[in-house]
Amino acid sequence: MAENAAPVVKDEMKEPIRASEINPKFKYELIKLHGSEKLLKCFQCGTCTSDCPVARYSDTYRPRTILRMATLGLKDRVLKSETLWLCAACFTCTDRCPQDVEVASVIRVLRNLAAEEGIVPQVFKDQCASVLESGYAFKIPDLRIKKRETIGLPPLPKGNPESVRRSLNGVPFMKHFEKKGDCDAKQ
Amino acid sequence: MPNSKYLIFLGCSIPYRVSAYEISARKVLAKLGVELVEMPEFNCCGLPLDPVSHETMLILAARNLALAEQQGLPILTLCPGCAGTLKKVDKILKEDKVLREQINGHLKESGLEYKGTVTTKHILQLFKEDVGIDNVRKAVVKPLTMLKVAEHNGCHILRPKEYIGFDDPEDPQTLKALIEATGATCLDYIDETECCGAPSVGVSDKVALQLAKDKLSHVKQADAMALITICPFCHIMYDTNELRIEKMFNEVYGIPILHYPQLLGLALGMTPEELAFNELRVNTSKLLKQVNEGAK
Repeated sequence: MAENAAPVVKDEMKEPIRASEINPKFKYELIKLHGSEKLLKCFQCGTCTSDCPVARYSDTYRPRTILRMATLGLKDRVLKSETLWLCAACFTCTDRCPQDVEVASVIRVLRNLAAEEGIVPQVFKDQCASVLESGYAFKIPDLRIKKRETIGLPPLPKGNPESVRRSLNGVPFMKHFEKKGDCDAKQ
Repeated sequence: MPNSKYLIFLGCSIPYRVSAYEISARKVLAKLGVELVEMPEFNCCGLPLDPVSHETMLILAARNLALAEQQGLPILTLCPGCAGTLKKVDKILKEDKVLREQINGHLKESGLEYKGTVTTKHILQLFKEDVGIDNVRKAVVKPLTMLKVAEHNGCHILRPKEYIGFDDPEDPQTLKALIEATGATCLDYIDETECCGAPSVGVSDKVALQLAKDKLSHVKQADAMALITICPFCHIMYDTNELRIEKMFNEVYGIPILHYPQLLGLALGMTPEELAFNELRVNTSKLLKQVNEGAK
């Protein structure tokens, strides 16, 4: 089956760590961000990984490893890691962490930082483009909208994409969708 | 019933490709005396963009909450992802004034303001808290005692507990009780509260389909005649992919996947046609035959 993950498949933990790639202040940047405030409380017990439904089927996705990479300061490596995008956001790890670390939210923070640098799987770019264009995350075909009447549903309320776009002015991630009316990501 | 008038927030996936859920939910709610008002100008709840930009998610969610405030009505969603996001953002913005000002700065660009005056409920929570499980049971005219089914809550109706909090994420009871209110038996199975895999579609289809396959195998082992969902994404994951999973893993499941309002609708005396059973991919004729024969 085709895997359409954007970055290169690699098991990050098997690569030797060089002192030069460690950014010792990275964890302090992270604990200022909403969702990863409690990152430093992680004591690497592995509850997150052992309860993770994705880790069960993936050879590379391990939430504990991602948190360790973050606290070690392997900033570039963790942000470029393709495994970051495998989290299904089921929040089992967050609910079960004995240290109250919001594990899924730490992963979301790391994804946000990667995305700001332009590292984003295509599926998210498509949804963002669609929100800017129509207000909805998926482009709902006209045929579908018309079909509603024939199957007894009220008309779909008209969106206001212009107002949505105005509200999103100045959001850093939107730089990838800059040109007005042009919803294709630059990447 | 204290709150019987709601703004209906459809979100994106339901108008896009899950009309059976919307059709059956509207019919069932009308029958139970819940009035729905269409929510004008709403946008994506924000959840799909949280992975790439938390700020975007906050703004999109707050915009929806601000629009609902103008109508002065609480929000009802059919999608747990939408409900979870709107609830979570409401809580975050109520607690963090600095963040609220920042987000309101964005909304001001389009003449809106989030004040924090409306609540959001998912249809499951509405059945439990507004209609009441006893009243659901009393409304049943055709008890589905011939059916043994399994439930799939999915993730966002349960977790994170801190923000959702109306059921126990480890051993949820609401959907089970609502299924049993129709007269059907709700069976237990292995890893009931686990993810369907849908969020991994597009990033790793392999992981996503294996997750769904394991769930279907466990449901089959429990001898369930159908799987009942309350989330459009979980429904797509199972109903749309069941045949593909069967082929891929050389298995036979044949398990119909119903939206809970479709099951309830049958018990309220509605026909499969009224409840849009024809929109489902997995064949339901055997199940409907069992319903008809059991009712005789």
